[in-house]
Amino acid sequence: MSKPESPYPLAAHSGSLSPDTRHLLWSVAPGVIWIVVFLVLPSLYLIGVAFMTNGPYGQPQMPLTLDAFSQLAGFGFLGWSPGNLYTLLRSLWQTLLATGLVILVAYPLAYRISISREKWRALMLLAVVVPSWTNQVIRAFGWMNLLSPGTPLAELAQFFGLIGPNMGLYPSNFAVTLGLIYNFLPFMVLPLYAAFEKLDYALVEAARDLYASPLRAFWLAVFPQTLPGLLAGTVLVSIPAFGMYVVPELLGGGRAMMLGNLVASQFAGGSNWPLGAAGALIMLLATFGGLFAMRRIGKRLSGGEEVVI
Amino acid sequence: MTVPPSAEPDAAGTQRVRDASAIALRNLHKRFGRDAVALDGVDLDIHAGEFFTLLGPSGCGKTTLLRILAGLEAPNEGTLTIGGKDVTTTPPHLRSVNTVFQSYALFPHLSVHDNIAFGLRMKGVAAAERERRVQEIADFIKLGALMERRVNQLSGGQRQRVALARALVCEPDVLLLDEPLSALDAGLRNQLQVELQRTQKRLGMTFVFVTHDQEEAMVMSDRIAVLDGGVIQQVGPPQTVYEHPVNAFVARFMGHVNLFEIGSVNGDRVTTALGQLRLEQPLAEHERHGMLLIRQEVIELGPEVPEGYNALQGVVRERLYRGSRVEYRLEVDGVVLLATASNLGQRLHAVGDRVTVSICPEDIVRLDA
Repeated sequence: MSKPESPYPLAAHSGSLSPDTRHLLWSVAPGVIWIVVFLVLPSLYLIGVAFMTNGPYGQPQMPLTLDAFSQLAGFGFLGWSPGNLYTLLRSLWQTLLATGLVILVAYPLAYRISISREKWRALMLLAVVVPSWTNQVIRAFGWMNLLSPGTPLAELAQFFGLIGPNMGLYPSNFAVTLGLIYNFLPFMVLPLYAAFEKLDYALVEAARDLYASPLRAFWLAVFPQTLPGLLAGTVLVSIPAFGMYVVPELLGGGRAMMLGNLVASQFAGGSNWPLGAAGALIMLLATFGGLFAMRRIGKRLSGGEEVVI
Repeated sequence: MTVPPSAEPDAAGTQRVRDASAIALRNLHKRFGRDAVALDGVDLDIHAGEFFTLLGPSGCGKTTLLRILAGLEAPNEGTLTIGGKDVTTTPPHLRSVNTVFQSYALFPHLSVHDNIAFGLRMKGVAAAERERRVQEIADFIKLGALMERRVNQLSGGQRQRVALARALVCEPDVLLLDEPLSALDAGLRNQLQVELQRTQKRLGMTFVFVTHDQEEAMVMSDRIAVLDGGVIQQVGPPQTVYEHPVNAFVARFMGHVNLFEIGSVNGDRVTTALGQLRLEQPLAEHERHGMLLIRQEVIELGPEVPEGYNALQGVVRERLYRGSRVEYRLEVDGVVLLATASNLGQRLHAVGDRVTVSICPEDIVRLDA
């Protein structure tokens, strides 16, 4: 025989899987089943529902249409109204604003923590993380207490003429932004801290030695090193923020609704499953789009290197 | 920075020396925290166009001194002038000084080309001129084929070259090198030692080199400063520092082991643990303390004792065959003496052999303890 002997005679002769491959399949099977049953099937169902027609009792039914999407764009029984579109845009704006502000707060904070003495570092990180151990709803109620009429913060805002007399800072878009920042700060601080902690300071010194002013040294030697952390944090903050339900529900009131609230209301009170599913689908697509964009940006800024998010 | 360095020596083939690159350090002190003294009053003049080496064990202050020259560290006391200008408090980006870092500190997100162009970009050199100079230095350091690579695709030796090119392309008055060869294997290291020295001679730039390797320091330098405990112990050309160390620390650091305390002195005769040794000249009053150094390679082992030499009787306790030379660990009067003989094909002494040890009085050096 001229053909080399296969280590797996069965595989070579019968065309079936080698023992190694079979072993591999068995070991990934539970994960695959889990993902299929709890992610793939519901997602397919959701996509299906989004293209169905709303029945008289809110149940999805045939035929397949684009009704839900045109409703999302504001075309209803009573002609066009911008309500849903506003909600979409508000979600987008709130997400961008909150993410940007979280970066502004978290970046210097993470740097400050990274240069602290070791015993303080753990304590400061704990202080950043501990609030997120409390239930979201309870934290939102906490902010309601802090921002309602008559509280020092509200009085201060009244003093500066930002709100009218006897008014509170909540419910408002401002309260929602604040709630989002508060909620997601740890998710930005932690990856940034990890990036700062392994910062190679020699690169900063090299930049300074090569005639870079302190500001340029930051931009050319510090910032690129923290970029992976920044991108990871941005994903961790912006994606859940876009679909946030609790914060706008409790701190926003009716006029500060976000996409999450719209979806929830269609599945529950409003009883328009196709509309809710269409909203959820938009959310999903936006998430994928965001992730994709983030990878591209990361790749561009790091000069072609893959940034793992 | 008025004279552009080029890849070729100038017409006369002489070194170009820039006056702007002379360095003067006066009474430099540097402390870290309350107690850690890194530099304890350093006075030093480094000439323009010199290959100058700061040599010492880790923690002796040599790297701190280099960082002060670069502007990455500020002294607590004292002044630093480069080319006659006081730059003690000048920030690093305003000094015409560049550094080759021990870790190379190449920018991982930039290509080799962009790493090399970095300094020129920061200085605002126009793109065409920048390209020309980057190309020139790339040819000079032989980096041509690597220019578009990323730093993580380079070997250690290649990184070292890029780090050198990145600093040289800026044409600084002074180039600082912080143990740039310590991460390389021996063969490459020897090769780059020679290349670095040639580069320096061709460009006529002042190089300040930091190392803890005395052989490296001797091979490359015009002059060496030996540091210990933040204090300069000795400054001089390699030959002087090696053959006439001023104290026991310098002697040991340069690799010497045969140091014997001076006992009683009678004219040109000194009693040590080895026995009585005759020196070339009687010791002056103020020299009658400290130590005597007998370099390993000046000791002769043979049946005949040349005229006027000190003769001692010893036993070979250990023999290390190193190819080009042979090292013997001798016992003389219960004291260990090391001797190195060039391997000239003579019969080697065996362990246990009784040998006659001859030492020329001229080769015995007195130094401070």
